[in-house]
Amino acid sequence: MHICVGDFLLDIVQNSFEAESSQVELVVQETSNILYCSVQDNGKGMDAETQRRVLDPFYTDGIKHKKRKVGLGLPFLYQATDACEGTFNLESEVGKGTRVVFSFNLEHLDAPPIGDLTSVFVALLSHPLSRSLVIQRSVESEKGSGMYTLDKDELQDILGPMDTSGTLSLLRQYIASQEEDVLQLRSVIALHMQIDSPQSKQQEM
Amino acid sequence: MAKMTLEELRRLRDKKQNELQKRDIEGKDSRIIIGMGTCGIAAGAKPVLDAFLEVLEEKHIDNVSVTQTGCMGLCYVEPTIEVIVPGMPDVIYGKVDAATARKIVEQHIIGKQLVTDHMFDRPAADIIKKDGGK
Repeated sequence: MHICVGDFLLDIVQNSFEAESSQVELVVQETSNILYCSVQDNGKGMDAETQRRVLDPFYTDGIKHKKRKVGLGLPFLYQATDACEGTFNLESEVGKGTRVVFSFNLEHLDAPPIGDLTSVFVALLSHPLSRSLVIQRSVESEKGSGMYTLDKDELQDILGPMDTSGTLSLLRQYIASQEEDVLQLRSVIALHMQIDSPQSKQQEM
Repeated sequence: MAKMTLEELRRLRDKKQNELQKRDIEGKDSRIIIGMGTCGIAAGAKPVLDAFLEVLEEKHIDNVSVTQTGCMGLCYVEPTIEVIVPGMPDVIYGKVDAATARKIVEQHIIGKQLVTDHMFDRPAADIIKKDGGK
């Protein structure tokens, strides 16, 4: 199973790349209690029947691996948002694109850790199938709010092709400095509050 | 680390390119391909990608191509990676973690010796197309 929110993002955004999208937008908004994410693409989209079936882990279009009968990306994500009483919504139109919007309730004990988003963004921006990708990341808390935007076209213009170790290290350094800047605004999680109000079944046992 | 601007990134890039021209190029034409499908991610392919970038940076090897692909068909030994070094057989390594990533860079890419205890041969039979897909 995926461990961090970052793992889910890496997985789901790749769906957009594989749907022949020329434009993909990822939004990751963090507040002190909610992590809101949205992935939007202009790829080939899905019809109503496919949209209904994609949350079934035993459904796949069979194109990538003919003899395999599983498609776990979206089901894993749905399961994780459901476990922490978050939200999940999928909208899609054939020929127009797909939008997946989901959120994690960070105060819930079963919420996955957010993880290292720097490495997720490095992996997504350098993914060979990603054409145009814009990532908007923001953190908002009682300490204030901050955000940054990563635009693949803009970064590629400076760095050249993002496929060698040296270039990826520079990209990583750049994103790490942006991420560090917004993380200063992350609020300290008040663990004592969670112990007073158990929300997890595991904890009750 | 202060927040870097795009202009600073451009300057760093130019500096690095100048350094590259002065050095013997280690790792040129070598490629590391990381399986980043759902199975790979679930087994920890992301920390493996991080580890490769970290070790290559530490050894000042700027010229290895590091890319991602989907599932290579060996879901049971994820994370899997393929390493292609000129003059050596293409190898698929499985059960790769951060420590193995370091070993692969040091032993395979720099030392030109295979890391035999993590070799898992070629993609599984149900992924390979008949006659190479022709």
